[in-house]
Amino acid sequence: MNTLRAYIKTFVLWELWQGLSITLRNLFRPSITVQYPEDKTPQSVRFRGLHALRRYPNGEERCIACKLCEAVCPALAITIESDVAADGTRRTTRYDIDLFKCIYCGFCEEACPVDAIVETRIHEYYMEKPGENIMTKDKLLAIGDKYDAMISADKAADARYR
Amino acid sequence: MSDDMVNLEVDGRPVQARKGQMIIEVTDAVGAYVPRFCYHEKLSIAANCRMCLVQVEKAPKPLPACATPVGEGMKIFTRSPYAIAAQKATMEFLLINHPLDCPICDQGGECELQDLAMGYGRDVSRYTEKKRVVKDKDIGPLVSTDMTRCIHCTRCVRFGQEIAGIPELGTTHRGENMKISTYIEKSIDHELSANIIDLCPVGALNNKPYRYSARAWEIEQRATVAPHDCVGSNIYAHVLRGTVKRIVPRPNEAVNETWISDRDRFSYEAIYSADRLTTPRVRENGEWRDTDWESALKLLAEKLQAAGKDAGILLSPSSTTEEAYLLAKIAGHLGSPNIDHRLRRQDFSDQDNDPEAPLLGLEIAALEQVDGAFVVGSSIRREAPILAHRLRKAALRGARVSFACPEPESYHFGVHEYLSDAGLLTELAGVAAAAGCASNPSVRDLLAGVSATAAQQRVAASLSEAGSSVVLLGAIAERHPAAAALRTLAAAIAGATDSALGYVSEGANSVGASLAGALPHREAGGAARGAKGRCAAEIATGKGPALLLFGAEPGPDVPAFASEKRGYGFVAACTPFRSDALEASADLLLPVGTFAETSGTYVNCEGRWQSFAGVARPVGEARPGWKVLRVLGNLLDAPDFDYENSEEVRDELSAHLGSTPPKGGYAGGGKPVKAGAGSDDARRLDVPMYQVDGLVRRATALQRTPEAIRGREGC
Repeated sequence: MNTLRAYIKTFVLWELWQGLSITLRNLFRPSITVQYPEDKTPQSVRFRGLHALRRYPNGEERCIACKLCEAVCPALAITIESDVAADGTRRTTRYDIDLFKCIYCGFCEEACPVDAIVETRIHEYYMEKPGENIMTKDKLLAIGDKYDAMISADKAADARYR
Repeated sequence: MSDDMVNLEVDGRPVQARKGQMIIEVTDAVGAYVPRFCYHEKLSIAANCRMCLVQVEKAPKPLPACATPVGEGMKIFTRSPYAIAAQKATMEFLLINHPLDCPICDQGGECELQDLAMGYGRDVSRYTEKKRVVKDKDIGPLVSTDMTRCIHCTRCVRFGQEIAGIPELGTTHRGENMKISTYIEKSIDHELSANIIDLCPVGALNNKPYRYSARAWEIEQRATVAPHDCVGSNIYAHVLRGTVKRIVPRPNEAVNETWISDRDRFSYEAIYSADRLTTPRVRENGEWRDTDWESALKLLAEKLQAAGKDAGILLSPSSTTEEAYLLAKIAGHLGSPNIDHRLRRQDFSDQDNDPEAPLLGLEIAALEQVDGAFVVGSSIRREAPILAHRLRKAALRGARVSFACPEPESYHFGVHEYLSDAGLLTELAGVAAAAGCASNPSVRDLLAGVSATAAQQRVAASLSEAGSSVVLLGAIAERHPAAAALRTLAAAIAGATDSALGYVSEGANSVGASLAGALPHREAGGAARGAKGRCAAEIATGKGPALLLFGAEPGPDVPAFASEKRGYGFVAACTPFRSDALEASADLLLPVGTFAETSGTYVNCEGRWQSFAGVARPVGEARPGWKVLRVLGNLLDAPDFDYENSEEVRDELSAHLGSTPPKGGYAGGGKPVKAGAGSDDARRLDVPMYQVDGLVRRATALQRTPEAIRGREGC
């Protein structure tokens, strides 16, 4: 009996019609394609994209070279060198993040006691030449300065859950 | 069971302990950890941190384990809820005034308070009142202070009182106003004082040159040996990405206990000084230019080959044994006996009487067990701070320690006699006369007409009455123009008073260099050379076709070598550093590694062979000295020069030396010695503590200390 049913199904192309019915159903559904880059999908404020180093409102660097981010980084992407700054404070002389090594886990952000290193919502960036994957301290601070308003707003929005 | 043992119980385990032992010693011995801050096994008991509170059955309150002697039948609970509650309460009080600045504190990651706060601290503070803030003190260029972090354990205070012997730090005020300070604003100057950095359980006292430069968890700890004095203090180099970040002591009870001198701790800065030579350099037509290793070594080999038996080699007494042995081997291949490491010595007339190696005569640890000691011609605090500490321990035990030294020096213990008025030779002759050496043929001439003063008689008595005693000859005696007479007299005194005779030798490896045959009159192993070579002073002032300086700079290291009127056609220097004197006098500079960048062996003054591996990446094109010499040997077609590592060199030498330990002492018996001419002008004989070698001369923090400034002005 079952053998007979299978024969009939084979000859009438039952499974083909079954599959095509899904195609037919979706033909009349509204499209969900986003016309990137004109349109973008909504992002969480917790999105973990490109890194930035932040400053205090008075312009002072937040980073105190405690090296906790370097220690916690599972991909060993962060390299820090530190020294005594001219004003006697503890500061980095080098703060490099290798974006090729980084796995964007956000541990550096979690480890930071002064909210200096953050992962911003920026995810549209690219490298053209070898070496551009290394985000130096200057580049990170520049990103922090440029997107300060966005970073502050994101942090404020997420603050109640931390 | 003997009477002085008691039975007790620790956490339910039956334990036996000596009467009078403190609870914490017993719990440590059985491995039951009790948290502590103020207790340190090398210091006296203060019991002021209260962290080590434990529960003792029938005691009405928790008792401090560090200050409670054990008793018969005592039942101690270190982990009971009652004990833990007491420890947690103490921790809460300690944290009240401790700042939350671990992220910027250099102690973070290796902090005893941080570690214990993980186990005994609350997660949230209940304290909402004002926290205490204490102004930082400037206590010199070596130790940084963040006094707000201080928890008043007073380890640093007790270190000053008990180990250094000079209470440089103390406490003022009480309760919350208690402060650690130097009373009046001053720097801490004792040569061991930076050990308070290691003692401080929190980040209040820290390493100033190291400040903010690395973290405890990212550095690698590599064992090595300090290169500045004949003690060979065991140290760890803390290395980050191939560069030395700091030096800390490596505990070794037989050598340096848990201490190291400031010189050993801070000299690493010189490794990265601007004076480092990073490429081989050659002088052509009066102009210096960089060159490559291959052509530089070829040039050196050519010149040495041409010089043959007239070549001269001077090496620093801080060169490793391997380097000394390879240099001696190269000299042997060239047929030149002109090799020497005794760079500051002036009187070589008695060199055949010298021992096989300038040994201390007893073990370093045994130095604190002597009953009498007589230190001749040595500012031993400056020359070998660790030996001075051992002598201080002996003196505190009741030993009578006397000195004969033209240089005034203060010792922080009751010095038996300090003979300095009449000059070294006269004082020593007086002591010898008092010791009854007049009949000794070797010193009969020296003692003619000498009568001992009361002080000299007391010194002689202190040695002859002592159960075990030692006569030590220091570097000032070694450099003295009448050194032969001094050595003969010292040997006679040691013989007459049944004391050991020892040397506090120059550099880190005089013993190793002597054993390796870097001497003009002896081969490796001590056999006399067929043809005697020129000694260091003659090589330095002499003439010849080629001279090789190894690790020694003309001027400070080789005072006899005047760069203006050098007598050599070609001068090459293997050196980690450049200097004006080197550039004025040499034709070829080869960069070799410092102690941190080379593997090798130092033989310390008690004859202990201490090998170490290179700990840091060499700066620039610098190469370990033994590798340079190995290639040089190959270029000279010397036989048996295919070493693959420094261990092979060491093993070849030690196989050659055999298993009999080298003889120390002095073989001056019988032959009369005349008093050499020359005064003991201390200024000329004493090398300041922070001028002894190229490394310390370039260690920036050390050079800012008052001791170094005094030394520079004195020169």
